[in-house]
Amino acid sequence: MNVTIVDYKSGNISSVINSFKEVAKDKVTIEVTSDLNKIKSSDKVVLPGQGSFKSCVDALNKIKGLTDTLNEFAINYKKPLLGICVGLQMFADVGYEETETKGLGWISGKVSKIDNQNGKYKLPHIGWNQINIVKDSKIFKDIENNSHMYFVHSYEFVPNDKKVVSATTDYSSNIVCSVEKENIFGTQFHPEKSDRIGLKIIDNFINL
Amino acid sequence: MLKNRIIPCLDVKNGRVVKGINFVDLKDAGDPVEQAKIYSDGGADEICFLDITASNENRDTIYDVVEKTSKKCFVPLTVGGGVRSVEDINKLLNCGADKVSINTAAVENSKVVIDSSKKFGSQCIVVAIDAKKNGEKWEVFTHGGRNNSGIDALKYAKQMEDSGAGELLVTSMDKDGTKSGYDIELMKKITSNINIPVIASGGVGTLDHLVDGINSGASAVLAASIFHYGTYSINEAKEYLASKDIPVRI
Repeated sequence: MNVTIVDYKSGNISSVINSFKEVAKDKVTIEVTSDLNKIKSSDKVVLPGQGSFKSCVDALNKIKGLTDTLNEFAINYKKPLLGICVGLQMFADVGYEETETKGLGWISGKVSKIDNQNGKYKLPHIGWNQINIVKDSKIFKDIENNSHMYFVHSYEFVPNDKKVVSATTDYSSNIVCSVEKENIFGTQFHPEKSDRIGLKIIDNFINL
Repeated sequence: MLKNRIIPCLDVKNGRVVKGINFVDLKDAGDPVEQAKIYSDGGADEICFLDITASNENRDTIYDVVEKTSKKCFVPLTVGGGVRSVEDINKLLNCGADKVSINTAAVENSKVVIDSSKKFGSQCIVVAIDAKKNGEKWEVFTHGGRNNSGIDALKYAKQMEDSGAGELLVTSMDKDGTKSGYDIELMKKITSNINIPVIASGGVGTLDHLVDGINSGASAVLAASIFHYGTYSINEAKEYLASKDIPVRI
């Protein structure tokens, strides 16, 4: 089996690569590429994302055919895809960071700034927070409810259909921190930086 | 609920730990990779490396250290010391650092903070402020505390927030190394004035000092010597904070 981490020049993906390689050991091949044919032929795809919603969407669009290839992979062929942080946020129809920007539109909803309640909550939301698992998700196999995960973000995904939400975390409000819609998975937190428990989520995705 | 973070800091010089922890089962007490692994296994919420390599020819040693550490530690890794440019930041991130802290370069030219936070995202840009009290105000020092910029630390903190810093690492030079606790007045003033998280640093000698740091409004507390010399383990520190009703990840 091979898992492709999409390298579309959107910030730092070294930690994602290291964590997937650590979990995969020799059983699974981890490719890091933006090569469309390699993405098409992989079994699973990881879509990381750092920086702003707009900068990530722009970076995706800069690589000719990449968005179409990802659409084909996730929507037509329904192969497993995991979005991390802004990778998850881009599933939305639209994001409002910097300026209004169209997302991939895979899970209808929007990405807007976390309400800091007039400074009561510091932003970015940085650090370890507990996840509240609200529905069974395949990537949460053997993950206990209220486990700690590492977060770094100022914007949140607000899906229209709450049935896609698999976990929330409490910061200002119940922020959506994990989604599952058929073959599409996403985490707002960083499993690659969430210690052993985060690596378990990566392991669960690899073993889907 | 978001937990308060405990961050052990390791001083690294020419690729080796200076004044590191001295555990009996350590194969190489001077190896930063192994020390970072001990901290992350022990429950550290993040790891911080401060590169204090003086000579330019040895500056590349930190990249190797970061690369090896990031393959073994799966908690966030912050690296600072001698970071001068967007290109330096890029190199550290590519080696596997999750955040980079900028000190002197940010004081000399805030464009480094503006440009790097735009390029890589605010989440990986930490501005380190070394502050020293002078009369009624605190002034920002650069070059490892050798030069006084004369800049007001409170105003500077706000300016760095506006420039795109994701976090501030605030070290009191008056307190650093004294083991008498953080400069609580400074931490309170800075944390109440800005809306990004602050990491308190400089002066920790007891676990109560960590409690005081969090109660002053800091989101995270950084300490070096109490962990290096094995005075307390990370876990003991966390248990103690929890006993004082401070939310921590245990």
